[in-house]
Amino acid sequence: MSQDQATLDAVTIDDSGDFSFPEDYQHDAGTGLNEATLDYISDIKKEDDWIRDFRKKALKIFNDKPMPTHWASKDLENIKFQDIRYYLSQGQKPTRSWDEVPDDVKQTFERLGIPEKERKFLAGVEAQFDSEAAYSNVKEELEKQGVIFVNSTEGLREHPEIFRKWFGKVIPTGDNKFSALNSAVFSGGSFIYVPPGVKVAHPLQAYFRINAENFGQFERTLIIVDEGAEVTYMEGCTAPKFETATLHSAVVELVAMKDAKIQYITVQNWSNNVFNLVTKRGLAHENAEIRWIDCNIGSRLTMKYPGVIMKGRKARGEVISIALANDGQHQDTGAKMIHAADETTSNVVSKSISVGKGRSTYRGQVHIPKHLKGCKNNTECDALLINTNSRTDTYPAITVRGNKHATQHEASVSQVSEDQIFYMQQRGLSEAEAMSLSVNGFINDLAREFPMEYSVELKRLIDLEMEGSVG
Amino acid sequence: MSLKIDNLHASVEDIEILKGLTLEIPKGEVHAIMGPNGSGKSTLSKVIAGHEDYEVTEGSVTIDGEDILEMEIDERSRAGLFLAFQYPHEVPGVSNANFIRAALQSRLPDGEEIDAVAYYKDLYAKMDELEMDRKFTGRSVNEGFSGGEKKRNEILQMMMLEPKYCIMDETDSGLDIDALRVVAKGVNAMRSPDRGFLVITHYQRLLDYIVPDVVHVLYDGKIVKSGEKDLALELEEKGYDWVKTELAAA
Repeated sequence: MSQDQATLDAVTIDDSGDFSFPEDYQHDAGTGLNEATLDYISDIKKEDDWIRDFRKKALKIFNDKPMPTHWASKDLENIKFQDIRYYLSQGQKPTRSWDEVPDDVKQTFERLGIPEKERKFLAGVEAQFDSEAAYSNVKEELEKQGVIFVNSTEGLREHPEIFRKWFGKVIPTGDNKFSALNSAVFSGGSFIYVPPGVKVAHPLQAYFRINAENFGQFERTLIIVDEGAEVTYMEGCTAPKFETATLHSAVVELVAMKDAKIQYITVQNWSNNVFNLVTKRGLAHENAEIRWIDCNIGSRLTMKYPGVIMKGRKARGEVISIALANDGQHQDTGAKMIHAADETTSNVVSKSISVGKGRSTYRGQVHIPKHLKGCKNNTECDALLINTNSRTDTYPAITVRGNKHATQHEASVSQVSEDQIFYMQQRGLSEAEAMSLSVNGFINDLAREFPMEYSVELKRLIDLEMEGSVG
Repeated sequence: MSLKIDNLHASVEDIEILKGLTLEIPKGEVHAIMGPNGSGKSTLSKVIAGHEDYEVTEGSVTIDGEDILEMEIDERSRAGLFLAFQYPHEVPGVSNANFIRAALQSRLPDGEEIDAVAYYKDLYAKMDELEMDRKFTGRSVNEGFSGGEKKRNEILQMMMLEPKYCIMDETDSGLDIDALRVVAKGVNAMRSPDRGFLVITHYQRLLDYIVPDVVHVLYDGKIVKSGEKDLALELEEKGYDWVKTELAAA
């Protein structure tokens, strides 16, 4: 049997992305985390001293910081940091052609439809397999306009003048325990720069795939959009189901200069033993706009609170999020809006769905200091419960000082009642179809914010979740 | 070819509501069931549709000879049974057009898709018959609808799904006279030799508009009296006490 055939035979595939390839890694940092792990990563990447120091300082902060279990889930204590592998790669530099991507990796992304989507509607794609990008390409006309879209390793090496200026500035290493962890061991992620006035019409997309067991993926993304420029970035994440817990801990920093617009869209469908602990924040200068559109399906525990610091006058921040917590899952999500200039506006719309024993938590923080004037915030959080075991909590913290501001907060909890399902079934829909349609109805107004292709994908993911959830 | 209910016994929380109900609605006929409050009218419609709160302890229900009691709720629907609800439920965020389309889609074999152009043409034509504004297609199912709008929407769904047997549960409740007329027009347009109707009502008024072939009186979980359409008028005139007294005397 040829090796390719052996590889193919070893693959188990189903629709949920639950398949993995046998491991054949050229670089493996082994399990456990200490300074030697960081040196291993830096050596492979041939990093400068400043970044080596940056990593080591971060490791110290990570070790010194306690787990945030005084407010967050105790489940965090079940992460065995010493059992995790912090760097795995097949050693290749990302190629610009799918033909040059190794077969097993290529097949993974083909299964997930990435090359097809690229042909159809994307302006650029980066595909990360475990620690490193396997493929990265941006359409030629964008390159000519000076748009940079590479992985963070390349960004660091080839565009230090832009990278270093903003790296770690929006989210300092010590922001939280997991941003420190990411700062110590980060690898992969996207680096994007859009020059002044360039409006990227089609989305740029990154795809993050965890393939190996006991592995931690720590991508680091930095997006800088210069004055009057615009970009939409989308990321998709999946992992197969393993016996043991997997860790995904990313840091994403966005910088929108004066009059710039950034839209950052996430659709993640992690398998249900992934700890997904992600720090995402954007810095919006004068009259700039940052929108986070975030869809969280799957994972064992997700903790993610995308934020916007509105630093310049008339800056706008928005978080639109959908979370679906099924049995054995906890979606702890929310938003952070820091108003730091006059006439800044923020909007938070969060919808969560809890199914079976699934649990959803919303945590919001809105901060408007006293010395500012003309700031506005709108916060809406709606929860949908499907069956009585579900749990949902809302912790909105809105701090508004001064009296020259407008804030609005609405929250609701609703249920899909048995009678509603009975009504829908009487019209011919199966129980699962009725559930799916009800859930899709609940998020309908938010799903419209997603690009067409993604709202179709979102609907498909919800259908899959609901199929498994009815007896 | 009929919807046949034979010696049906059904309970909710161990209290027997239907106590041996027998009834046959042949295709092409409209049967009305009248009865006082608490006689089991709404229970009957829910039991036939398959609501989980009700337990069938004895008897059978068949559609054209096929036992439906073992079927899931949605299977019964696809087998040709339609229930126009007394209190139609809301489905927030799901547009009427999408809901009806999903219901039609569920009747197609895997891989076959509804033709959107033909679907909307058909939908609009039927909405016109029911004097419904086009805006209804985009509104969430029954959300914020008035009582009359909800009932019209039930009839619209019935017209679109073209069931073999229609059960109408107190469709007249909450309807003003104009809405009643429109709803009845829709139902009458659907009367055909291929379709049977069971019209459940408390009042005779509806039967002025949807004229039944047979009227049954339901009392204490059983059909106690059947007759032609004049029976409805007699009931209206004499009240249900008349039936009770007659039964006590027998």
